[in-house]
Amino acid sequence: MPADGGIGAATPRREDVRFLTGAGNYTDDINMRGQAYVAFLRSDVAHGKLKKVDTGAAAAMPGVIRIFTGEDFEGVGGIPCGWQVTDRHGEPMQEPPQPVLAQGKVRHIGDRIAAVVAESLEQARNAAEAIVVEIEDLPAVVDMKKALEPDATKVHDDLKNNLCYDWVFGSDDAAIEGAFSKAAHVTTLELVNQRLVANPMEPRVAIGDYASHSDESTLYTTSQNPHMIRLLMGAFVLGIPEHKLRVVAPDVGGGFGTKIFHYAEEAFCTFAAKALHRPVKWTSSRSEAFISDAQGRDHVTKIELALDAENNFIGLRTDTLANMGAYLMTVAPAVPTYLHGTLMAGCYRTPAVQVNVRAVFTNTVPVDAYRGAGRPEATYQLERLIDKAARELGADPIALRRQNFVTEFPYTTPVAVQYDTGNYHGTMDVLEKIADIAGFEKRRKDSEARGKLRGFGINCYIEACGLAPSHLVGQLGGRAGFYESATVRVNATGGLVVMTGSHSHGQGHETSFPQVVADMLGIDPSMIELVHGDTSKIPMGMGTYGSRSLSVGGSAIYRATEKIIAKAKKIAAHLMEASEADVELKDGQFSVAGTDKSVAWGDVTLAAYVPHNYPLEDIEPGLEETAFYDPSNFTYPAGAYACEVEVDPDTGKVEIMSFAAADDFGNIINPMIVDGQVHGGIGQGIGQALLENCVYDETGQLLSASFMDYAMPRADDVPFYAVDHSSQTPCTHNPLGVKGCGEAGAIGSPPAVVNAVVDALQSGGHKVDHIDMPVSPARVWAAMNNA
Amino acid sequence: MYAFEFERPSTVADAAKALGEEDAQALGGGQTLIPTLKQRLAMPSKLVSLSGIAEIKGVCKADDGALCVGGGTTHATVASEAKADYPALAALAGNIGDPAVRNRGTIGGSIANNDPAACYPSAVLASGATVVTNKREIAADDYFQGLFETALDEGEIVTEVRFPVPEKASYQKFEQPASRFALVGVFVAKYADGVRVAVTGASESGVFRWSEAEAALSSNFAPEALDGMAPPADGMISDLHGSADYRAHLVGVIARRAVAAAS
Ligand SMILES: Cc1cc2nc3c(=O)[nH]c(=O)nc-3n(C[C@H](O)[C@H](O)[C@H](O)COP(=O)(O)OP(=O)(O)OC[C@H]3O[C@@H](n4cnc5c(N)ncnc54)[C@H](O)[C@@H]3O)c2cc1C
Repeated sequence: MPADGGIGAATPRREDVRFLTGAGNYTDDINMRGQAYVAFLRSDVAHGKLKKVDTGAAAAMPGVIRIFTGEDFEGVGGIPCGWQVTDRHGEPMQEPPQPVLAQGKVRHIGDRIAAVVAESLEQARNAAEAIVVEIEDLPAVVDMKKALEPDATKVHDDLKNNLCYDWVFGSDDAAIEGAFSKAAHVTTLELVNQRLVANPMEPRVAIGDYASHSDESTLYTTSQNPHMIRLLMGAFVLGIPEHKLRVVAPDVGGGFGTKIFHYAEEAFCTFAAKALHRPVKWTSSRSEAFISDAQGRDHVTKIELALDAENNFIGLRTDTLANMGAYLMTVAPAVPTYLHGTLMAGCYRTPAVQVNVRAVFTNTVPVDAYRGAGRPEATYQLERLIDKAARELGADPIALRRQNFVTEFPYTTPVAVQYDTGNYHGTMDVLEKIADIAGFEKRRKDSEARGKLRGFGINCYIEACGLAPSHLVGQLGGRAGFYESATVRVNATGGLVVMTGSHSHGQGHETSFPQVVADMLGIDPSMIELVHGDTSKIPMGMGTYGSRSLSVGGSAIYRATEKIIAKAKKIAAHLMEASEADVELKDGQFSVAGTDKSVAWGDVTLAAYVPHNYPLEDIEPGLEETAFYDPSNFTYPAGAYACEVEVDPDTGKVEIMSFAAADDFGNIINPMIVDGQVHGGIGQGIGQALLENCVYDETGQLLSASFMDYAMPRADDVPFYAVDHSSQTPCTHNPLGVKGCGEAGAIGSPPAVVNAVVDALQSGGHKVDHIDMPVSPARVWAAMNNA
Repeated sequence: MYAFEFERPSTVADAAKALGEEDAQALGGGQTLIPTLKQRLAMPSKLVSLSGIAEIKGVCKADDGALCVGGGTTHATVASEAKADYPALAALAGNIGDPAVRNRGTIGGSIANNDPAACYPSAVLASGATVVTNKREIAADDYFQGLFETALDEGEIVTEVRFPVPEKASYQKFEQPASRFALVGVFVAKYADGVRVAVTGASESGVFRWSEAEAALSSNFAPEALDGMAPPADGMISDLHGSADYRAHLVGVIARRAVAAAS
């Protein structure tokens, strides 16, 4: 490991000093002079016609500045969706409007009916309660299957029905039917990938501000991608040109996807600030977050695998219902399609794969990307299915997987993507070692001696990071570019500021990105500062999601730094009176090959800004470069995970005894940060596998609306992990050879846990094929007792 | 939160007087009441904090050997000070919530609230304790009256709980995964004149005594005495964390574990 803080060094995270000492600057820490407060009146029914919203009495209450309702937003655009999926017949998806404040109807618990702006938060809340609302209840559409029945109540009256799209992808019908008709064995599984609430530590906050002297609006918000918010909100909702709109996302306390999207509350605060000439602040409470943050997952799937007589996978077919909730959030339509269907081949060379997804509107909180976004759903169904197939065939689950691995790269799957590189046997070899598979039978006996059932679960995963290239994404319906930008500004005295379009909300960019630049220049990372999260300071960038920051944003930084080096060499050549081609940069010194001539990094940077001895006729002064990097492909991290559990047969309680993760992330910039990303991801995966469940009753009321009923994983729910990323096949198409590690843990871990639980139950003689997540004690007990 | 007045008297008498006002409410550790206020689910005109009343704090031993816990005593204090005399009670208190909850929450607040999934009610009922208030003494068997319902009158203050100390006892809690309150909690207490078994978390009518188990254990205080036994599922809570059948089953399992662990 390099000791100099460059690429490969486990440098401690510099941002942690401020986070751990309470010196972070989160959006709620920002308070503006003259600031007013917002309280939203939210619907407490899932579906209804708004008959009356009478704000008269409320408006007269102390401290109330103004109350806004849907009427105030009639001339204002709705919240846009950033991705248009085309259905199996070539028709665009059904795309309903999402008004900033409800117009005519409420469509989910938490839908925004009115917003009170007042001098204090308590006054705003008091007035919100005093608004008189009459709602004519309509039947709530909650269950996806029922939502698609011909006589189902429509969530959106102006749409044909509740079907957003019916999408088919991959092999054609003939290829799939051919495979299944030839099959020696078919394994079928029906399962639910339950809905989750993201619950970042920091709830969402938005502050709108307006400067009348310059006609400039500013939004401070808890966002993963401030430029995207500026574009969506400015162009599609409020009609503010980008040069009059600044979006700042300062320290953000976790996002996990739910802070990608442009939310109505952001548009409201920006709009109200301009209308009132007052800064306007909204801070979500935790209870409000449960009913207003976009939620995750929520798929119901039937999946079938065809195998030949030698246990080769010959066909795979899936049929999924994906819940969109009541409105389309920013990338929601892409999650069950291009982030899910394209990964359905997994690590296997199944020649025919077909994915069918029907996306459905329901009277529930909208659903969108949540850590992994589509890829956990794909991995879970495929890897649960393979486990079931292995059991049915009496095959070893590892051997069955190994037999079907893709081994030659590049490999184009039947679901359109091309894996550039990988070594699935390599990660499995690592896993077999770190999971001590050889010792399992003894551990099982020990557990049995204590009256417990022990199970071993394994799975592989593949994922795709850094959605790209932009023109392909455009063809697939994405309404944005998927490049990333970086500006590297070298100051006169040699320090650097790197301005990135990526956003850090826990990932440690302020540490790892400077490591890349420091490594390239041979200087100390402490000379480099990272700037992100403010559209007035950084080049137009697409932000952070889909584990793209290092592979796309890091590559942009790499390219910009290359340009810096090229120009600096020109300056150095001039200073040393040498030919540019002979100049080398090493350890922060420029030298001329084969001579003792050298100039230091600082001499060159000073010359760039004090150009007295400088080739002004050839190059401009200054040392600042920008690069936009648009990848030519996704990156494909992959790995193999193993979990051991103990099940208490009397209560059904599952305890995770060990968890091992062997990942291939390509090259690693900071192994400590990578470990941390994997730990966090597995924690979330274990949360999904064992604990978390977002449940609505049949009237659309949210039953798991607080931490009293929504079980977040706590420290004692997770084991110490064995994490290894030594099996590395560097990405072939980005300059760093990196792949992305932010979501892998959450993608790869749920099937390992459930596979282990099923294995434990089977070992106790219980003929249990499958238990839906969360594998709670009650569900395990019910499965064991056919109850 | 809605606006309210606040008072912090130093005697039970002053507290009782303050609580005589319309819509005044006692504030113990605030671990239940403050979240309720924050969610605007309660609107007291005045909060009367009991935290300044020294006479209702602490753990002591009565002449008849009973352990007396002041109504304003925190869970953390019970966890440390009841350890020697009534270890099962101390262990129960030491496993409520987290350290912050245990250092604020009080026994009086817990049993006044009588959450159907709370831990303390099972100890009070299984011990056949006496709930002492500023007005009277109430036997545990008469005190708990269903979900969030007790024998307390408006404004009545729990000043003390007197626990007869059993020969052996144990509380076992099977946690609801989200809240970590009891999905099923069973308190078993063996006295010279018989065994009492109280179950919390499970029933739609709150904490209850499982009399079949008491009978079986009174003749044979061993886990096997409960083999194959479970209360009827009828009337058990059914929610997203478990069906009525599951809860009924768990009562049997957890009761056996409590007997096995009793000391
Ligand atoms: C995160 C968390 C986890 C928890 N986990 C558990 C758990 O595992 N098991 C468990 O049993 N409990 C648990 N609790 C609840 C905790 O034990 C509370 O302390 C208890 O329920 C209420 O006690 P309090 O002193 O805080 O009462 P408060 O919240 O102040 O008051 C509760 C009610 O009792 C009334 N009251 C308070 N004191 C008296 C008194 N002396 N006389 C008459 N009325 C009074 C109040 O007016 C109010 O109506 C948890 C709480 C939290 C926040």
